Amino acid sequence: MNRSEPIRKAPSFLESLVQRRTLGYLLLGLVLLVAIWRLGNALLENPSLFLQQVTNGLQIGFVYALIALGYTMVYGIVRLINFAHGDVFMVGAFTSFYAISRIQLHLWTRALFPDLNPFIADVIGTISVVLLSMAVCALLAVTIERVAYKPLRNAPRISALITAIGVSFFLEYFGALNFVYTANYITYRRPFDVITWVIGDQGVQVLQKGQEVPAGAIIFSNISFIIIVVSIILLVLLQYFVKNTRTGKAMRATAYDRQTARLMGVDVDATISTTFAIGAALAGAAGVLYAIAYPQVVFWMGIIPGLKAFVAAVLGGIGSIPGAVVGALILGQAETLSAAYISTPMRDAIAFSILIIVLLVRPTGIFGEAQREKA
Amino acid sequence: MKTRIAVFVLLIVALMVTACQAGGGGTIKVAVLAPMSGQVSTFGISTNNGVQLAVEEWNAKGGINGKKIETVVADSQCSADPAVNAANKVIQEDKVKFIIGEVCSSASIPVSEIAEANQVVQISPTSTNPQVTLNKDGSTKKYVFRACFIDPFQGTVMAKYALDKGYKTAFIMFDQGNDYVRGLAEYFEKAFTEAGGKVVGKESYTKTDTDFSAILTKVAESKAEVLFLPDYYPIVNLVGAQAKEKGVTAVMMGGDGWDSADLDLKAADGGFFSNHYSPEDPRPIVQSWVANYQKKYNAVPDALATLGYDAANLLFAAIQKAGTDDPTKVAEALASLEYEAVSGKITFDAQHNPVKNAVVLSVKDGKVSFSASVAP
Repeated sequence: MNRSEPIRKAPSFLESLVQRRTLGYLLLGLVLLVAIWRLGNALLENPSLFLQQVTNGLQIGFVYALIALGYTMVYGIVRLINFAHGDVFMVGAFTSFYAISRIQLHLWTRALFPDLNPFIADVIGTISVVLLSMAVCALLAVTIERVAYKPLRNAPRISALITAIGVSFFLEYFGALNFVYTANYITYRRPFDVITWVIGDQGVQVLQKGQEVPAGAIIFSNISFIIIVVSIILLVLLQYFVKNTRTGKAMRATAYDRQTARLMGVDVDATISTTFAIGAALAGAAGVLYAIAYPQVVFWMGIIPGLKAFVAAVLGGIGSIPGAVVGALILGQAETLSAAYISTPMRDAIAFSILIIVLLVRPTGIFGEAQREKA
Repeated sequence: MKTRIAVFVLLIVALMVTACQAGGGGTIKVAVLAPMSGQVSTFGISTNNGVQLAVEEWNAKGGINGKKIETVVADSQCSADPAVNAANKVIQEDKVKFIIGEVCSSASIPVSEIAEANQVVQISPTSTNPQVTLNKDGSTKKYVFRACFIDPFQGTVMAKYALDKGYKTAFIMFDQGNDYVRGLAEYFEKAFTEAGGKVVGKESYTKTDTDFSAILTKVAESKAEVLFLPDYYPIVNLVGAQAKEKGVTAVMMGGDGWDSADLDLKAADGGFFSNHYSPEDPRPIVQSWVANYQKKYNAVPDALATLGYDAANLLFAAIQKAGTDDPTKVAEALASLEYEAVSGKITFDAQHNPVKNAVVLSVKDGKVSFSASVAP
C-alpha cells in the first residue's frame, strides 16, 4: 500500500453534520429555545428578581470585559495568547491592596484638604488607587513583553505560548512566597463604604442595615455602579484611542500587517509595547474593581477570571475589541442566569457549553473575521 | 576465671541494655500533620502551637514513663494528596507510631486509612467528618481517634440553637466538593426540619467561586431568617461582604471553620458559629491554658490550638496509661480513657468520638464572644 497517499474517504454522516455546521445550528437553536422558555418564565414569574439577576450579571460581565480586552488586543497585534494576563490582573488587585492598607493612598485628599466634601474625596481617592494599579500593571506587562516575549517574536508561535504559561506560573508562585504576598487569603479593605440603594415604587432610597428589600423593588449598590461606570469610561477611552490617535492607528496597522507597517515608518516594537501596556492597565483597573466587589485577595485569584475573560474574548472573536466586550457581557449573563435559574454548581459548565456551541457555528467568534494566515 | 566470665557477661548485658535505650527506647516520636501553608495555614500553625506546648509541658515533667517526646511536623496542606504523602513519609522514613492530625476532614480521611493499615495511632484534633474514625462498612477504625465533636453534632447544635432563638426558616449554602461543609449542611437540614423548622432554599457552589451575587439574591428573595454557611473563613468573608450589599437580612450561622484570626468580623457581623471552646470559659484549666499560651505565643489560643493541645494530651495520657509505646496497647488505653481536657471532660464513645459540650459564639461589633453552651 502506498503510504504517502492519504486515503480519501467519503465523510461520515456525523462529520458532514459538523462540517456543514448543521450540528452547531441545531444545538444553538435548541439552547436558545430552552433559554428563552426558561428565562421568559422567570421574567413573567418575578420580573424584579429577574432584573436583579441581570444587574448581577452586568457587574461581573464588565469586569470580564476589562480583562478580555487585554487578551484580544495582544492577540490582535502579536497573535499571542498572553496567559500571564490573568496574573497581571492579580498584581493589580494586590497593588491596590497595599496602596489602601499600607500607605492609605485612598485618603490622601482627606489628609491634604480636610475641608473637601467627603464624597469627592472618596472619588478622587479611589481613582488614585485605580490609576496607581493601572500604572504598575502597565509597567509590569511592558517588562514581561521585553524580557519574555520580544526575543521570541520570530520563533514558532508555540514557544511564545509556552513562555506565557511559564510567566503566568512565575507570577503566581512568586506571589505566593512568604516575603511577597504569602499564600494566604487576605481580606481586602474597600476604599469607601458600601451603600445600597433600593429602586422601587417609592423611588430611590438608601437601604438601611437589617432592612428587608421590599417586594418588587430591585437593589443596586455603589459597587455595581462604580464597576459599570468605570468600565464604560475606560471602554470609550480605549475606543477613542484606537480609532482616533496616531498610536491607535499604528496599532491597527501593526495588527493588520506588521511588515508593511514597519515599511511605512511605524515603530513596531514601541507599538507592541504600548498595546501590552494598555491591555495590562485595563487588567489592573479590573483587578481593583474585582477586589472591591469581592473583597479578598490571594495569589491565584487571577486564574479563574483570566480564564473566563479569555473565553469571553474567544466568544466575541479574538482580536476584536467590541467582540471582547460583547463576549464578556454574554458570559456574565450566562453565568449569573444559569446560577439563578438552572443550577449553581453547573454554571461554569453551562457558560463554557455556550462557547462550544457558538464556536461550532462561528469558529471565529461572534465578531471575528476569518483571518488570513500570514506567511 | 569465673569472675572474669561474670564481668564479661555483665558487660555484654550492660551494652545491650544501653544499645536498646539508645536505639528505640529514649524518645517517643510523634508526627504532627497540619496545613502549614496555603488557604488555611492559620489552622495548621495554631494546631502545631498547641501540640508543641503540650510536648513542652510533658517533657518538663520528665516525659512519658521516662521517655522524652519528640515531634516531626509535616505540611499536609489540608488536602488529600499532600496529606497521604506526608503520612507515608512520617511512617516509613521517620518511623513514627503516633500521628496528631490532620486538621481538615478531607485530608484526615485518607490519612486514617494509612494509619489503620500500618497500625499507627492517629488522633485528629479537629476533623469533624464521621468517616474519619469509621470504616466504609460502618465499623470503627481501631487506631483512629479524634479530639473534637463530629459534624452531625455541630449541624445539630446550630439547628437547635437557631430554633431556640425563634427562627423558623433557613437557607443553606454549601460547597459540594468539601466533605466537612457537606456534612454540616446535611445534619443541620435534618435536625432543623425534624424539629419543625423549614429549609426554604439550598444552593451549592464551588471552592473557587468568588461571585455569590446570584445565590445571595435568591437568599434575599426567600426571606429566610437564617443563612447557614458552614464553610471556612475565606468563603465566609466573601459571602458576608456581599450579603449585606445584596440586601440579605438573614442571620448567618456556621461551624468551627469560621474560627480564625482572619475571619472578617465586619463581614460576619451578627453571625453565630459553633465551636469547641471559648477562652471566656471560667473553668481553671481553661484559664491556665490561656495564660500559658499567651506567655509563649503572645496571642489568645483559638479552638485549633486548644484541640491540638487536647489531642496531644489525650495521646500522651493514653501512652502513660498503657505504660508502653506499643500502638495497639495505646489505642486500647485511649478508647477507655477519661480525661479532663481544656475543651471539656472527654470520654470516647464506641465510634472513637469524644463526648463533651459545644459552645456557640457570636460575632458582634468586631468581637467574638461566648453565647451559649450546648450539651450533646
